[in-house]
Amino acid sequence: MRRTVAILLLIIVAVGISRSLAKIPFGAAKTKVGSHYINEGVKETGSANIVTSVVVSYRGFDTLGEVTVLFIAAIGLGAVLTNTTKKEARKIEPASLILYTGCRLLFPLILVFGSYIFVHGHLTPGGGFQGGAIIASGFLLIYLGCRERRISRVASNVAESLGGLVFVLIGLLGLVFGGYFLLNFLPKGTANTLFSAGIVPIIYIAIGFKVGSELAGIIDNLIEET
Amino acid sequence: MIFVVSLLVVLMLTGAVAASVFRDLISAVIAAALVSLIASILFFLLQAPDVAMAEASIGAALTAAIFIIAIRRTKRYEE
Repeated sequence: MRRTVAILLLIIVAVGISRSLAKIPFGAAKTKVGSHYINEGVKETGSANIVTSVVVSYRGFDTLGEVTVLFIAAIGLGAVLTNTTKKEARKIEPASLILYTGCRLLFPLILVFGSYIFVHGHLTPGGGFQGGAIIASGFLLIYLGCRERRISRVASNVAESLGGLVFVLIGLLGLVFGGYFLLNFLPKGTANTLFSAGIVPIIYIAIGFKVGSELAGIIDNLIEET
Repeated sequence: MIFVVSLLVVLMLTGAVAASVFRDLISAVIAAALVSLIASILFFLLQAPDVAMAEASIGAALTAAIFIIAIRRTKRYEE
């Protein structure tokens, strides 16, 4: 009986969704804002990557909210998992030589790659969130391969706080110079060069540091507990 | 192109079904990571490299790692 009802409900939902989706023309421009971003985005923000110009410049305030959500999630996880009582140092079985050497060789390369992604966020695909996630996966590799090494909690907290602070301060500076939050007050330069797009690369570097240290902190909290 | 995409979609659906069917939870997590990985390839083929990067690093790597860490603390096999 329950199963029949569940299948019936599922069919009703599927028919409803497909009927409403069928009315929307696929690939056709429905609003003017999308074509405005594509045609004028490079000129208005100076950022060659249009996705970055939308994420950091046009919708910068939403990105601040997104970063805040991640921050609160990391804080909550830390509050639940961190135990302040000092555990005696457990004997950790070392990883095999091949894994240890491989992760020591790969870790700096992953860090450089992640930094490249968020520094060049306004030129090539990628940005703060992607670069930060890549850096965090490098720290995951360190936790799996070189298990006696720990990242410093203080350093990761400082990087995280500085990232958030730089983002908010730059937004407030826009308020000072031009009258609205996150105004792009720096010179835009020529598109497709590293020093272009004003505040966009600075904000993306701050987001990269923040996301990288937050995700690495989440992994640190989880592994420390097991 | 359409052949490659349909092959990838079939693989993705197989992974999704496998993730829900497997009794061994570690295998289920690996199958779910496979779904994320193929989704990121599809994003790349559909010319959304920004989303593809986020999906590959977060969906395939970090989420799977966090699930496996969680499984280590609980039971490995579903009853």
